[in-house]
Amino acid sequence: MAADVIRIRGLTKTYVMGTNEVHALAGIDLTITQGEMVAVMGASGSGKSTMMNMIGCLDKPTAGGYELDGERVEIMDRNQLADLRNRRIGFVFQGFNLLARTSALENVELPLMYDRGARKRDLRTAATAALARVGLADRAHHLPNELSGGQQQRVAIARALVTEPALLLADEPTGNLDSRTSVEVLALFQELNDQGLTVVMVTHEENIAHYAKRIVELRDGLIVRDEPVTPRGNAAADLAAIDARRKGTA
Amino acid sequence: MKPQKLISIALRSIRRTKLRSTLTALGIIIGVGAVIVMVAIGHGAKSRIEASIKNLGTNMVVITPGAANTGNVSQGAGSFNRLKIEDADKLKRESVQMSDVSPVIMAFGRIRGGNGTNWRCPIYGVDPAYQTIRDWPVAEGQFFDARDLRSRRKVCVLGATVAEQIFGESEALGQEVILRDVPFTVIGVLAAKGQTASGSDQDDLIIAPYTTVQERLAGHQFIAQILGSAASSGDVTAAMAEAKAIMRESHNLSEWEDDDFTVKNQADLADAATGATEVMTILLACIAGISLLVGGIGIMNIMLVSVTERTREIGIRMAIGARPADVLMQFLVEAIVLSVLGGLLGVALGYGGSWLVGKLTGWPTVIDGGTVGLALGFSATVGVFFGWWPARKAAALSPIDALRYE
Repeated sequence: MAADVIRIRGLTKTYVMGTNEVHALAGIDLTITQGEMVAVMGASGSGKSTMMNMIGCLDKPTAGGYELDGERVEIMDRNQLADLRNRRIGFVFQGFNLLARTSALENVELPLMYDRGARKRDLRTAATAALARVGLADRAHHLPNELSGGQQQRVAIARALVTEPALLLADEPTGNLDSRTSVEVLALFQELNDQGLTVVMVTHEENIAHYAKRIVELRDGLIVRDEPVTPRGNAAADLAAIDARRKGTA
Repeated sequence: MKPQKLISIALRSIRRTKLRSTLTALGIIIGVGAVIVMVAIGHGAKSRIEASIKNLGTNMVVITPGAANTGNVSQGAGSFNRLKIEDADKLKRESVQMSDVSPVIMAFGRIRGGNGTNWRCPIYGVDPAYQTIRDWPVAEGQFFDARDLRSRRKVCVLGATVAEQIFGESEALGQEVILRDVPFTVIGVLAAKGQTASGSDQDDLIIAPYTTVQERLAGHQFIAQILGSAASSGDVTAAMAEAKAIMRESHNLSEWEDDDFTVKNQADLADAATGATEVMTILLACIAGISLLVGGIGIMNIMLVSVTERTREIGIRMAIGARPADVLMQFLVEAIVLSVLGGLLGVALGYGGSWLVGKLTGWPTVIDGGTVGLALGFSATVGVFFGWWPARKAAALSPIDALRYE
């Protein structure tokens, strides 16, 4: 039995807007074990972003408990949360969120600089290895604006991987990418997942979600669907098919 | 994060906005430069005053009428001045510490030369010892002697400026000058002494026996000051104490009465003069310091803008594990680097400015390392002080809000 990476019990988040109370999360229970690949779906306003922020330790719940990799998150202070994000979570965002005018390599080194445990002494080697893992070893010294969207997202994935986190957390990772590049990124996610990395991604596209192993859907702050994906898509195979079709039309 | 990494991040961010950073640092550059130039001018003035006071002679003792304030009651100038020739005579007779004593009687008036030239300058009535006390040689002719004094002869010695004004190139010795309708014979011309530290011309005076001046020109009993000269500069303190005791006796002052005269020496005058320039220096430095402060506010302003502009960057850094303290340090170090760079450029500006001021005005300027260090330290402090609040603001951002910021 694999260990639980995420264990959420009765998670509630309430925002006060003027005199109204908005229940972004209305008490959620969710367990995600090591090696899973979960797609979190839902319309805007369903609470999926709020849940994402909770899982990413960017925000604190109003009530309920959250254990990440066996550690209780809801009782932590800002510094502990920062350290937890640094070591246990790799973030991938919709807008890539790379530092401008900073080379790919330096962007990937960044999380290691904030690692107080200094587990990695040689930042350069670790960052180079992470870039190689996403297939961008030859683009290490390029600036973000010299890279395509897909390449930028892969730099962001390398940055997420460099601290060897327990969880890769992706927020609409394909929102800014064309369909081929989207499949390419998903192929990388599947490959990393096959290597044992737990992946949680938020998406509103069904065709992206079907590459995950499990779909969790939210509506009005509650989980309304939680089921395994069958049949599961194979992004690498789809990518090869897209490329073959393009070659045929060209 | 390592300090050198923080500094390199700060430098990169400053390079990214070159023009803005330069304009921001300009406040500090001008502030530090101004402090250094102002203090250099002040120190230059001080060293010049000290040099010229040394030139006056350090073993001179000066007795002037009245203390600056007697209780809280202001007394009339006439009633206040109780210095008399008898005081000078008594000092001359009784003092063992002072080798020479001379009263100084002051008179002013129009001076006419034989060829119709006109001039105005002070006329000093003094004892022949005055020449020794002031250590003032004659360029031509001679100083008057005790016999001239006793017989109240109408002879005078001209300061170099006066000789130049009245007689120009022609021979002054043996000529007549008319001081307020009284004709005096010129028996000597003093060697030029130049200007005092405060810029007044020491050579613009006429010296005559005090007996003659008192009888013919001053018309009053009281004298402006009594000059004495201690045997050596080491005896000045003893000479002053002695002069004070003799003066009190001469004025019949009882124990509970305050002195109605003041005994000073050149060192006191020097202190007063350097004190005045020190006050001026501090004042100038304060004004320059205010511009440093304004420069600091400029830095704070631009750091606040920078924090707002880079809210997203802050969000990214926080999401990948930067603690609030890391973000705080990043912006604080950036403010410090900006102000210290400004400070360094300001030091260069200060050196250049001091050199230029010295070149253009001829004022001596003295830059000391302490001021440079102080100005640099102050600019770093300005960076810390004015960088703190924007950095705090950055560190207090919530990661989600910062990430969502457009």
